[in-house]
Amino acid sequence: MNANRFKALVLRTGGTNCDLETKVALEELGVKTEIVHMNSVEKKNLLEYHLIVFPGGFSYGDYVRAGAVWGKRVLAKLRLELEKFIEEGRLILGICNGFQVLVEAGMLPGNGAGETPSIALANNSSAKYECRWVWLRVENDETPFTMTMRKGEVLRIPVGHAEGRFLTRSEEDLEELKRNGQVVFRYVLPNGDDANGLYPFNPNGSMYDVAGICNKKGKVMGMMPHPERAFFGWQLPEWDRRPPEKGDGRKIFESIVKYLHDSNGL
Amino acid sequence: MRKLYDDLEVYVIDLSSANDNELLEISREMGLNISLDRMKYLKQYFSNRPPTDVELEMIAQTWSEHCFHNVFKGDVVTDDGRIITNILKTFIVRATRELNKEWCISVFEDNAGIIDFEKGYAIAAKVETHNHPSAVEPFGGAATGVGGVIRDILGVWGEPIALTDVLCFGPLDTKYEDLPSGVKHPRYVYSGVVAGIGSYGNNMGIPTVSGAIFFDKGYTGNVVVYCGCIGILPRELYVRNTGEGDFAVLAGGRTGRDGIHGVTFASVGLTEEAEEFRSAVQIPNPIVEEKLRRAILRIRDEKLASGITDLGGGGLSSAAGETAYRSGLGIDVDLDKVPLKVPDMAPWEIWVSESQERMFLSVPEKNLERVLEIFQEEEVEASIVGRFVGSGRVRVFSKRRVVCNLDLKFLFNPPKVTRRAKIPEFTRVEVNLEEPKDLGEEILKLLSDPNIRSKEDVVRTYDHEVRGCTVVKPIYGDEAGPSDASVIKPLKDSWMGVVISCGINPFYPDPYWMAANSIEEAIRNNTAVGGRRIALLDNFVWGNPENEENMGKLLRAVEACYDFSKALDAPFISGKDSLYNESPLGPVKPTLLITGVGIIPDIRMVITPNLKKEDNPIYVIGLTREELRGSAYLRLKGVDSGEVPRVNKNLSKKIIDTLVKAIDEQLVLSCHDISEGGLGVAAAEMVVATRGLGIEFDISKIPSETRRNDYVLFSESASRFLVEVDGNKSRRFEELFFGMPFNRIGKVVRDVGLRIVDSKSKICELNSSDIKKAWRGY
Repeated sequence: MNANRFKALVLRTGGTNCDLETKVALEELGVKTEIVHMNSVEKKNLLEYHLIVFPGGFSYGDYVRAGAVWGKRVLAKLRLELEKFIEEGRLILGICNGFQVLVEAGMLPGNGAGETPSIALANNSSAKYECRWVWLRVENDETPFTMTMRKGEVLRIPVGHAEGRFLTRSEEDLEELKRNGQVVFRYVLPNGDDANGLYPFNPNGSMYDVAGICNKKGKVMGMMPHPERAFFGWQLPEWDRRPPEKGDGRKIFESIVKYLHDSNGL
Repeated sequence: MRKLYDDLEVYVIDLSSANDNELLEISREMGLNISLDRMKYLKQYFSNRPPTDVELEMIAQTWSEHCFHNVFKGDVVTDDGRIITNILKTFIVRATRELNKEWCISVFEDNAGIIDFEKGYAIAAKVETHNHPSAVEPFGGAATGVGGVIRDILGVWGEPIALTDVLCFGPLDTKYEDLPSGVKHPRYVYSGVVAGIGSYGNNMGIPTVSGAIFFDKGYTGNVVVYCGCIGILPRELYVRNTGEGDFAVLAGGRTGRDGIHGVTFASVGLTEEAEEFRSAVQIPNPIVEEKLRRAILRIRDEKLASGITDLGGGGLSSAAGETAYRSGLGIDVDLDKVPLKVPDMAPWEIWVSESQERMFLSVPEKNLERVLEIFQEEEVEASIVGRFVGSGRVRVFSKRRVVCNLDLKFLFNPPKVTRRAKIPEFTRVEVNLEEPKDLGEEILKLLSDPNIRSKEDVVRTYDHEVRGCTVVKPIYGDEAGPSDASVIKPLKDSWMGVVISCGINPFYPDPYWMAANSIEEAIRNNTAVGGRRIALLDNFVWGNPENEENMGKLLRAVEACYDFSKALDAPFISGKDSLYNESPLGPVKPTLLITGVGIIPDIRMVITPNLKKEDNPIYVIGLTREELRGSAYLRLKGVDSGEVPRVNKNLSKKIIDTLVKAIDEQLVLSCHDISEGGLGVAAAEMVVATRGLGIEFDISKIPSETRRNDYVLFSESASRFLVEVDGNKSRRFEELFFGMPFNRIGKVVRDVGLRIVDSKSKICELNSSDIKKAWRGY
């Protein structure tokens, strides 16, 4: 599959720190990837890109609420362009801090930018930073980010965050997300069974063990775990004797490429 | 003391008429911590004109123990009649020079040691201490320790890729009533330090991959915080040629009143009044440093600057003075150009402030505009604060008037310090201890000892995966077992890995063997995962060197550094000493951290501690002797006698080289270094890392000079490994080790965690879940 004609934009700002490895993952699959600072993003035409990634980090120090400052800055600078981008069904992926940004900018779980956040990624219930490998179950295999996987498939990907506890305002809100197929990944036990909040399998106390969600169209996705840290086999926490070829995080990027290929870029 | 100019907060201090008491009073009043001898030297030097406060402050910073390392560079007179000049050069640097490795690019000269890697890249490494600040303000002290060592790597144009930290605290269950006034509770210090370390590394996106935590009464008054950083840089971009006419650019955080007198504060003991020095501790802001890093690396890649250094101890005064001096130049600095946090700072405060997240660059005129543009794009404040000149002097201006004008040669050649050393002697006391009946019980007790048990609860609060380059993590696998060393794969297009390990044995009372064991342990840990070509870093944390006994112990430890660096073919590339670790509870436990930085040609070949296959043979390599003094076992029993482990130079080298060979021939499937807690604990730790398999071994087969079972299991003799060998390749393995002490002692089994037998009779049997529960706590 030739992915050379696809272009990805990885945004960064002060405190972003996972942009490089995200670029490595995309380029490994042939996607042309540019890392652009928020300060020079005006010089870019977003609609030239097929994918925008908000990578992990501690944007602006996350001193207010994780992702809040960058989220508002994104709206102030890019709102109209992003709305167009989303409307055209182009892909946006937020990883960890990037997920928090998408929530704070109202792009998740909503369908456009600018809405008030209706969900939160709150402090972990363990009250500390958690760096550990978790098991994720694919709940929706029809999004561009999961189309190469099977529903129920279990992925191994690490998390690293202090604020990842997924919360909705009400049970009804959660039910709606479920109904819409917006829950993409859930934390599960190693055998794939529900974690039911059990620590450390659900590392942060997320409602309904939610690890990643998408918008209604499935084209904007945010997830707390870091697929770029589980891209190569040698990144895995345990090998038998020699590392496996690939990590599970790679599947998410492969799925993006397949989607772009199948849909001819859109 | 009178004002130099009416409208400037600059004073001149008349030394010429001061008597000895007054000289000392001046030193104390101004917080200079300059000794009487040196004050008298200054009095003479400044007989023509009185110095300004800016000048005296600069001298005090430059000459402080923290910045100048007077003790390591001075004379030592021993009680057995020797006079040794410059123990740093005589022992540590000499080993490196004699080993003369072509892969050592820059050692003991710059902010960090630099060694060759591959594909035109080099590795930079540095370890620092931040003890005093962490004792006063644990979170800020530890965080700025991390921030400082990261800047040391940036200060050699390195991109930081990994952090290490080794921490020593008082026992967490210390009673409040046992703490004298001015000493904070270990639990308060512990939580602050751990949070500070995690916060800085996580925020900057640099993985914290390696470390250790110790608890002992000897650290209750003096917490020890070692922060290390490893970086990578293209060799050709290591630039250090500041020229006359280049501009001095100060970039990063603003300069404030935080961190004033940090180094002079760190160069005396902590007292009850330490709280008053809270202002000597800087305030951390990792995001500023994150931006600074981006900008610095861009400037490096575009080859725009001629030199760089970080602002650490002594602040701008040290950075400017050192850069000018090492370039054979002089410098003019304008303090009005320094961006300030508060407007009303006196010139001397601006000059010596140690505010964090600042870097100092020398930039040729033609590149100045581009450099400032990059800083602006990365949202980093930068300003031109001075210019390098040919004068050989440092001149500082405030409101267009000179407030400091010093000869750099004078400044960087302070009068030598002489210390007296009393060489410690140790007499052997027989161990008097009844052999316990249930050795399995002893193993479990040792596994849950605070100094041995898993530190997972702390390690998981540090991001060790960010950057996506961590191959062997600080906690191994899903069973969360111990790792001997961490491995990083820094380059996308190369399989070569960097192996990071540490060795530290503060519990061995004899400083010579303490140092020898620490060096060997750092190398052993590195070797156990497949590392080789190991470079060492030394970090001494000691009590007041003016005390002859402290000095004697220090000298013995430094002597061992030469002996074992040389014998084990591992050069020192960088180091740092922190002396004057004194508190109302007395001196710190003398502590030497050795950090090992090795390489592995292909990270896919790393060896991990988890057992691989049932029935594979288990070997012990090395000789067990009755060496239990300071061991975890005797400490548990409250006994302090016997002998500390001694390292046999020749045997050690042979064993380590042979193990590397065995690993390269793919004979070794899993390996664990035998150290704290001895063979019994090492075997149990391998079981922790493993799912569904265990070890059975025969204690009578262990090559040992003692036959008492508890001593065999818990002695901490050096140069030993526990190895699982591929069952089909054991003959070749035995061939390789022929002539060295080793033996096949057992095998990997499926039915039990750990079974120890003596010939035929069973000694103990532990199941995996009990072993894991003891070590991990769950």
